[in-house]
Amino acid sequence: MSADYNIFVTEETIEGESDGPLANKTVAVKDNISTEGVRTTCGSEMLDEYVPPYDATVVENLKAAGATIVGKANMDEFGMGSTTETSAFGPVENPVAPGRVPGGSSGGSAAAVAAGEADLALGTDTGGSVRNPAAFCGVVGIKPTYGLVSRYGLVAYANSLEQIGPLAPTVEEAAELLDVISGPDEYDATTREAGADSDYASAATGDVDGLTVGVPTELVEGADEGVRERFEETLDDLRAQGATVEEVSLPSVEHAVEAYYVIAMSEASSNLARFDGVRFGQSGGFEGNWNESFSESREAFGEEVKRRILLGTYALSAGYHDKYYKRAQDARAWVKQDFDETFADVDVVASPTMPTPPFEAGESLDDPLQMYLADANTVPVNLADLPAISVPAGTVDDGLPVGVQFVGPAFGEESIIRVGSAVEETA
Amino acid sequence: MSETSPDPEEVRHVARLARVGLDDDEVERFTDQFADILDYFETLDEVPEIERETDLANVMRPDEERECLSQDEALANASETEDGYFKGPNVS
Repeated sequence: MSADYNIFVTEETIEGESDGPLANKTVAVKDNISTEGVRTTCGSEMLDEYVPPYDATVVENLKAAGATIVGKANMDEFGMGSTTETSAFGPVENPVAPGRVPGGSSGGSAAAVAAGEADLALGTDTGGSVRNPAAFCGVVGIKPTYGLVSRYGLVAYANSLEQIGPLAPTVEEAAELLDVISGPDEYDATTREAGADSDYASAATGDVDGLTVGVPTELVEGADEGVRERFEETLDDLRAQGATVEEVSLPSVEHAVEAYYVIAMSEASSNLARFDGVRFGQSGGFEGNWNESFSESREAFGEEVKRRILLGTYALSAGYHDKYYKRAQDARAWVKQDFDETFADVDVVASPTMPTPPFEAGESLDDPLQMYLADANTVPVNLADLPAISVPAGTVDDGLPVGVQFVGPAFGEESIIRVGSAVEETA
Repeated sequence: MSETSPDPEEVRHVARLARVGLDDDEVERFTDQFADILDYFETLDEVPEIERETDLANVMRPDEERECLSQDEALANASETEDGYFKGPNVS
């Protein structure tokens, strides 16, 4: 029963075409992806009655591919969280690690796959929100290259960073779903020709003979001992299959968390200005003046959302823009440069997806900064617009899942799918 | 604690700029948390200035009429409408 884990905000079946590559497959769709005629809440009280009048492009893709959508998956409010505890509809429980969070913000999507409530799921990844819950729930998750998948119909949080991505029990199934949703879209000007006639699924061969894997010490040394052990074992397995593993250095990633949060919060403060209670969302009433009604309407946001809107507003305000936003953009360019240089020497970059096993429920809610710091390994990928996959790499402490992340060069989805499938065969 | 972190009055000011209503408890919590978070953000000072790529290009399409939402669809989620328009609070 899905109710046990609070996986869905809305359980409703949307039938696709009778035939196609995903015929007979059920898919859970994160609740920030628009579904025509089916409530789309973003995990927020602000949108608890919002019913989109149109489908997101990826939802049209799912229907055309014959998939059956089984529900809208619970999530951190507007994608702002790493535990799926900031949802206005209550937290999601981790189906494979009782008492622990499922990760976030796509926690409902990952839990749906882990619990068998759906064969596949769509999540969104702004700073790790597909890979983090994939790692914590022991499933596969892919964050595509920026521009590979259309964001039309995705309710925006931080547009320059986010991509919709697949979650699945296996690398091949995740790649099949990526094949369905990738490609150019006239409604999203940031999409490219790449991915139009993709066959990512056929890259899941498990063949890593001759592949070079780079390991940045900066993303390994901060991880828990048990997580590091699983990671080292994964590297040993890859070596045994013919891959070469070498150390690389990405000094810029030491500043990735602060750069990511400054940029994401700044973009959020602008994006979420649309929620004024007039065209959609909770109304602030019609009695007072516009500013007061607007402020009142926006009391419907949860605390993490308010925190990010305020910090973003602060970082962009006169006198602080150069100090925070401009430096964060410098850091972003630096991270990009670091990865570019690294991919001149290696095919993929590997690290633990998360530095720890799943947190205990309630553990990180009181200290937002601690929660942000847990994203250290996932946010560099979004800053650099690159593709990455999280693949299960065993467990620690009696069954807590650990994920390993592989990052590829821009539009190099095949490389990360190939290496991911090799890990899976030995797990 | 950061030298420049906002005091409670400044937190209220930023909240007014962002049009987000806060209660007193939230102002108090945010003041403490913002000090920690902004302190951490200050490590961005260590980031060198970077030559940024400037190969970004705007993507335009011809300004041609095409299918869009009907008026009813566009208004369907508004809490109040009047004569086929969105209804908003007083601007003045």
